[in-house]
Amino acid sequence: MISPLDFINDHTLRTVSAGAAMVGASAGALGTFAVLRRQSLVGDAISHAALPGVALAFLAGAAVSGDLAKHPLMLLAGAFIAGWVGTLCVMLITKTTRIKADTALGIVLSVFFGFGLVLLNVIQNMPTASKAGLDKYLFGNAATMLTQDVLVIGIVGSVAVGVLALCFKEFKLLSFDAEFMAVQGWRTNFVDILLTTLIVVAIIIGLQTVGVVLMSAMLVAPAAAARQWSNRLGFVVALAALFGALSGVIGAGLSSSIERLSTGPTIVLVVSAFVLISLFLAPARGMLWAHLRHRRLHREVEVKTVLVGLYNLAGHHDDPYYPHSADTLDAVGVHSAENTLGQLQQRGLVERSGSDWRLTADGVKEAEAQLSAGGAA
Amino acid sequence: MMPLGLAMLSQPQIEIIVIAVVVSAACALSGVFLVLKRLSLVSDAISHSILLGIVAVFFLTHDLASPLLIVGAAATGVLTVWLIELLTRTRLIKEDAGIGLVFPVLFSIGVILISRYAGNVHLDVDAVLVGEILYAPLDRVDILGTSLPKSLVVMVPILLINIVFITLFNKELKLSTFDAGLAAALGFMPAVLHYVLVAVVSVTAVGAFDAVGSILVVALMIVPAAAAYLLTDRLSVLILLSVGIAAACAVGGYFAARALDTNIAGAMATVCGIAFALSLTFAPRRGLLAQVLRRSRQRVEFAGQLLTVHLLQHEGEPSAEYECSFDHLGEHMRWSDEFAAKVVARVVQEGYIERSGDRLELTGLGRAVADSALGKS
Repeated sequence: MISPLDFINDHTLRTVSAGAAMVGASAGALGTFAVLRRQSLVGDAISHAALPGVALAFLAGAAVSGDLAKHPLMLLAGAFIAGWVGTLCVMLITKTTRIKADTALGIVLSVFFGFGLVLLNVIQNMPTASKAGLDKYLFGNAATMLTQDVLVIGIVGSVAVGVLALCFKEFKLLSFDAEFMAVQGWRTNFVDILLTTLIVVAIIIGLQTVGVVLMSAMLVAPAAAARQWSNRLGFVVALAALFGALSGVIGAGLSSSIERLSTGPTIVLVVSAFVLISLFLAPARGMLWAHLRHRRLHREVEVKTVLVGLYNLAGHHDDPYYPHSADTLDAVGVHSAENTLGQLQQRGLVERSGSDWRLTADGVKEAEAQLSAGGAA
Repeated sequence: MMPLGLAMLSQPQIEIIVIAVVVSAACALSGVFLVLKRLSLVSDAISHSILLGIVAVFFLTHDLASPLLIVGAAATGVLTVWLIELLTRTRLIKEDAGIGLVFPVLFSIGVILISRYAGNVHLDVDAVLVGEILYAPLDRVDILGTSLPKSLVVMVPILLINIVFITLFNKELKLSTFDAGLAAALGFMPAVLHYVLVAVVSVTAVGAFDAVGSILVVALMIVPAAAAYLLTDRLSVLILLSVGIAAACAVGGYFAARALDTNIAGAMATVCGIAFALSLTFAPRRGLLAQVLRRSRQRVEFAGQLLTVHLLQHEGEPSAEYECSFDHLGEHMRWSDEFAAKVVARVVQEGYIERSGDRLELTGLGRAVADSALGKS
């Protein structure tokens, strides 16, 4: 098993987890806006669309410098431009035709990726081909991350998050009320493009860690998890960054300590576990608390119904203390009322009379109070 | 007799073309409804998550050729959509984020299972994403004494399932696609039909991805349908057009890939993209070109009306000599000379205005046009 010390001593693990943490943090922070604006799947489309850019940058690098060594910054720039062009295509299609966003994303995703495959094949057929570094973009290979990769990820990611912090107010306004923003004289198109650009950057730097298919989860999952914990955007963004970073570190640690556990999928499973935990346990929004709240309310209503029911049934006999069996309470819509009656008995509102139940003096008072409070029942 | 063109092809090549046409037709048929029902990205989700279904069935049967694979795939597809709906129904997560969360998780589990427990089996992630139709003719089975490619034996029944599904439930599909509320009110159970559609899509995807890879499945399902959607408003025409475009793109992509010696699935997806771009640009009425032409025609038409109103206002006034002259238009209307000449030529041709030298004079028809533009009679 892995020990915390390994993160300090093991060079590879340190590099990989630092890289994964930074990818998770920037994707988490910027992904919050994608999720908020219902553009969660943009990440999926952009990450696929980046492939031809990577391949073209590779070819361009080969043409310029003559050798096929990969230049991380150049591949990154290629991926960025292609991802950006892909987003523009989605905007063009949705704004000029009746084709909806989901189809536009699907078109860009599949066509760009297909074209990328064509280019990759061209590269593979080149005489001195060393496609090293290109495959990483397809499936992600965090384990082979080098210090220089981590540096690039760290610098580019920090710049993106820095711009996000600078323009936080504007992005917030854009996400919640773009029309108001336009009325206030902001150029919303410009702000929109800036935010989208940052999201593209966050996706691109994550590609070689988790790969094309799984990058969308890195964008969506930390944000979806963090959203459950707070209604304050600043807090959600920070928490999403934290969740993303933690998932990166935990995922990298797990995959290095367990044999044949690929890093990308492991990180995705970890971050999805964050989502699941948040969905159930987050205060206020968590489903567990909602369920408990619901049950408590349900029980309160049942207690009242039984009390008032006994009172009304007894009313037919001109004797408020007339006893009834628990089964009779079926008539007021409470089945198997023994539990509820037991509770009422503890509170001294009902008492047993043989195998039946009847109200006590306090019970009659309480039932009358309920009836007058809630109007005639 | 074989046509001359086909005679130049070897038997495996003809088989590849036939497989490509069958696969693309099957994909396009179910794809039409995905596009119309705004479920395009569900095809992306399904085509990735069926990996898990395939792995699961493989662990149960230890046989990659088992017909149970289809069942497993359909089950995973339905599971994917059900999970997405489950997440959405909690109202804690929006639908787009739900899609973006579910399929990466299922895909990750599939990848991890393969790399941990099926390392030495021919079931590699690369093939799932990319596929290789080139090898399809090599994998053969004997049916009634004839040796046929396995892909064909699998895909022809799947194509038939699609055709039967769409013809048999034509009315129900139409109704639940365009007015799910009415379909539910009339007792057509759109939710059940929805899951049947999802199952058909999953079966089609699993059959197709073996030959062409999951990304091309998305391309063949969505892109031809989207291209056709810009060309027609009739569902039946839309379906036939989609199938036609898909088949043409598949065959075109095959020949392009052969000419360029590159990845066939990628080339098919690229050709699909070109077909969509053509449709987007040149579609009569809905295409970009038609939109630009319509807008410029409307600009001239509106300017012509404006001119008749202008002339009507100044008719008979002392300043008419000056106001109703051609040279004045640039100053008054802020039109360029070129545009003014275009507008005047147009209204003269329509018979609204008579031009004598520089002077513009309304005709009776022109007066009526101006009056109706002003809302008088």
